[in-house]
Amino acid sequence: MGANVFMFYLFSATILFFALLAVTSRRILRAAVFLLFALVATSGLYFLLQYQFLAGVQLALYAGGIVVLIIFSILLTHHISHKFERPPVMKLFSGLLVAAIGAAVTVFSIADYPFKASAALPIDTDMRVIGLQLMGTGKNGYALPFEVISILLLAAMIGAIVIAKKKN
Amino acid sequence: MTFNIYDFTELTRSIDDGLKAVMSPGWALFTELVLIGLVFLILYALIGLFLVYAERKVCAFIQNRLGPNRVGPVGIFQTIADLIKLLMKELIPIKNADKLLFNIAPFIVIIASFMAIAAIPFAKGLHAIDFNIGIFYVIAVSSLGVVGILLAGWSSNSKYSLIGAMRSGAQVISYELSVGLSLLTIVVFAGTMQLSGIIESQANGWWIFKGHIPAMVAFVVFLIASTAETNRGPFDLAEAESELTAGFHTEYSGIKFAFFFLAEFMNMFIVASMAVTIFLGGWMPLHFGTGNLFNHIMDFIPPLVWFFGKTFVVIYIMMWFKWTFPRLRIDQLLTLEWKYLLPINLFNILFVAFLTLMGWHF
Repeated sequence: MGANVFMFYLFSATILFFALLAVTSRRILRAAVFLLFALVATSGLYFLLQYQFLAGVQLALYAGGIVVLIIFSILLTHHISHKFERPPVMKLFSGLLVAAIGAAVTVFSIADYPFKASAALPIDTDMRVIGLQLMGTGKNGYALPFEVISILLLAAMIGAIVIAKKKN
Repeated sequence: MTFNIYDFTELTRSIDDGLKAVMSPGWALFTELVLIGLVFLILYALIGLFLVYAERKVCAFIQNRLGPNRVGPVGIFQTIADLIKLLMKELIPIKNADKLLFNIAPFIVIIASFMAIAAIPFAKGLHAIDFNIGIFYVIAVSSLGVVGILLAGWSSNSKYSLIGAMRSGAQVISYELSVGLSLLTIVVFAGTMQLSGIIESQANGWWIFKGHIPAMVAFVVFLIASTAETNRGPFDLAEAESELTAGFHTEYSGIKFAFFFLAEFMNMFIVASMAVTIFLGGWMPLHFGTGNLFNHIMDFIPPLVWFFGKTFVVIYIMMWFKWTFPRLRIDQLLTLEWKYLLPINLFNILFVAFLTLMGWHF
């Protein structure tokens, strides 16, 4: 077993283990921390694939950004002694069923797809290429989605300010 | 095996070849990982001990005192004695704390700084991992440390810790923006995010000299924002002793407290070495013009001396900040970031982009 394969199994096992803990933990902050570990391990997978830009985005946005915001909001709203009650059996089973169906669909579609090893040279994922593509208006350019998403974000920010603003 | 203090590429390659000759590639990789890990652990401990001593001496110097002077000549073994004391201290368990998170928190803080230190180029060829997104990686990884501080504050189940953690969270999330944007100005100049590439681009002059005024502005903004991001004074609201006992690490004792303490000093070292790598030429010697005697003399000084020398100058400036300025209030802190540093930074980046497009930098 090569070092590559070993690391793949290590990261995958970490992701699965902490993902399970994140949904089964009854203390909300612990769930957030387990989610953080699962996300960091996912960025490890991207590093393994040598897609360093995506790995950096995963670390900066998900691990360093979103999870920090989640933890921050838990800090503001929850007390340390708070513990969620066990879910009723019916909900537990329906949740398991939905998860099983989702997993089955994913596994079947992956098994169905003919993965072929390609002899083509790896595409350069330099920052310059990504930047040009993101702002490009030609073929495969992302200028329009980029602008639309920035307007959405602006709207969300203005909405948040209006809601948080005190009267008068 | 040739050993050259100016270029470590051959040394590292010969170690790699030697290991691959005696064992399979997988085990060679594993041995290299262990070796590099050990080197970083030792470096981490040594730099940490030295910085604590340096901080106490600088503080004493600024306050017109002597500082530590009993253990060893001029007190140089003081921090080693402190370390032994911290190792032998009792770890006090907290009854109503969330034990798991309470114990994990110091490790998250220290792992984040370990991940960041891996990307720092110490000399030519002395560079653990050279990502093509180097700067972005360091920014991403250093934003993980705040998770440890937030967890420490919450899981201690104490109001002082919680207030300290809340302040620290607000502070780090805000100042991360300025750190990232000020580094981005030099990325625009250099045209690459790879740390080794940025150093190569400074062979004919450091960016702080080549980049005109915008590079100076970015450097000053980086110094302010990164001092805030490492929770150091005058931005140490998270552990404001006069109001919050010790802030987020009030309930920690012994070696767990030492972890937070050490991580703070190492983060300062990482931030200073990033400033050196990006603005001050990394391990490149100081040059004026081309081919004169001064440049030749400077070339004889080994790159490791240049790197650590420049880093400790930046660290001295950061210590100078801490012992000169009074601590800010939380609203002043956020005003400084959102109303001053961020707009300055955004205009600076536009200006730099214009300069680079016109080709007006050296």
